[in-house]
Amino acid sequence: MIEILTGSPLNTIQDLGRPRMMTLGVSRGGSMDPLALMAGNLLLGNSLDDAGIEVAFFPFKIRFLSDQTVAVTGAHGPARLDDIPLPPDWAVRARKGQILTLQAPTQGARRYVTFGGGLDVPVILASRSTDMKGGFGGFDGRPLQTGDRLSVFVSDDCAVPDYGYGLAHPCDLPETSITYVRCLPAAEFDTFTEESQQLFFGQLWTVSRTANRVGYRLEGEHPLSLRVPLELLSHGIVPGTVQVPSSGMPIVQMADANTCGGYPKIVNVIEPDLRLLAQTQTGQEIRFVRVELDDAVVAIRREAERMRELGPALLTARKTLLAK
Amino acid sequence: MIRISIAGTGALLLDAAHGSFDQYVQERVWSVARCLATQPDILQALPGVNNLLVMFNVIEQDAVTIERRLRALWDDTFPESLPVRTIEIPVTYGGTVGEDLSEIAYFANLTEEEVIAIHVGGEYRVAAIGAMPGFPYLTGLDSRLAIPRRASPRVSVERGAVSIGGGQAGIMPCTSPTGWHILGKTDEILFDTHRAEPCLFRLGDRVRFRRIG
Repeated sequence: MIEILTGSPLNTIQDLGRPRMMTLGVSRGGSMDPLALMAGNLLLGNSLDDAGIEVAFFPFKIRFLSDQTVAVTGAHGPARLDDIPLPPDWAVRARKGQILTLQAPTQGARRYVTFGGGLDVPVILASRSTDMKGGFGGFDGRPLQTGDRLSVFVSDDCAVPDYGYGLAHPCDLPETSITYVRCLPAAEFDTFTEESQQLFFGQLWTVSRTANRVGYRLEGEHPLSLRVPLELLSHGIVPGTVQVPSSGMPIVQMADANTCGGYPKIVNVIEPDLRLLAQTQTGQEIRFVRVELDDAVVAIRREAERMRELGPALLTARKTLLAK
Repeated sequence: MIRISIAGTGALLLDAAHGSFDQYVQERVWSVARCLATQPDILQALPGVNNLLVMFNVIEQDAVTIERRLRALWDDTFPESLPVRTIEIPVTYGGTVGEDLSEIAYFANLTEEEVIAIHVGGEYRVAAIGAMPGFPYLTGLDSRLAIPRRASPRVSVERGAVSIGGGQAGIMPCTSPTGWHILGKTDEILFDTHRAEPCLFRLGDRVRFRRIG
């Protein structure tokens, strides 16, 4: 069991979300950086889709009310278990009474705290993720507050070496200067003026202060415009869809996006780069790069293979280190 | 003629809309969605308003093949009416729970009482469920009340708000931002994960509003 010492409306319990509940109007949800959550679970010997805490507001502190194994993955920044500093993408044993402190990231935006066995909160609509819009899932359907006590499933399979161990090749994070985001043209791409099409890829976009789990609003010097005004009937949209409302400033739909929308869509961010965007801090700049679907599939396949290979590799590493 | 576009990695949007909403096209969308729901390699088929979003595993499936299949399926599928249930929604109109009623009346050049009478007199169908958990896109709104969406959306509108957005009617299942105009409120629970069927509405349901205040 653990206790939250610092509450925030931005810190929530997430797993891999609800990718098949869109027909109920339920967002996909889940970790904004699924690779980082999965890496944390793999380090601990959990299932890939076990629930952990997505931390987007810092400092973040928890107290261990029982012995536990814990991993911290995702964005890089100072992390301590009591006074012991933890490297990035690291798993360690925590004793009852110890306190884990995460400071604001120096690279990336979201950090993931996973626990050996996974967080024990009810499965609702096939997931433990917090759906803040619907007010269900996670811990009472809401962000974590100071004093919340969370149970962890008991598991014999998630031992880690005494001083911990970590990933040799951590999950990549966006560069601090510019994040490059690959995307595919969407249905209404050609309805934007030629100038706007060029501007979209040509100019730098800044992630606005209002960026959250629902959407990343972007700000650029020159707004985008359509050739002629367009009235679309409401249609399904997925995370990664980039809509352009009448302001001319694009909005990228993120994990908690509405399942339907009506604004014109200029591009779709490819899946592996959506997590990079989720790790981009507000105020940072991004640039869109146009790719073809084949390139996107190659990138997705590469990420899936990496996860598939990482599991057995970490299992072997853990066994070897534990035997010493 | 339908248009199919890439709507994400592993997502295609089939758009069958030509101009305004068409119930015949919508019934065809529902039929195709129902048919796709039973195909194991399709992750999800989500009906929109005269369109359909189809999701598949992009590592195992080729988008071109899926597109070809969708076109063939669309050509072979006839509109099929769904079993229609009629669901009545009790509504308190105007005042603090229907803050845009006067604006809608001004827009339509009617009195507030006339707006309420027209809204209550309409017969609506659930075309799609989406945007937020359990939100019904209702077609059948009298064109006199088709007020465009607000220029800037309200940051938070309370659960139960009965609303109008363009030519569509809706009911807010949860407290959320919206650019739609609010003319009343209902206490009906539209979405509840504790129910066997969390959504109150099903596609094709007929909806009537009843005035209680």
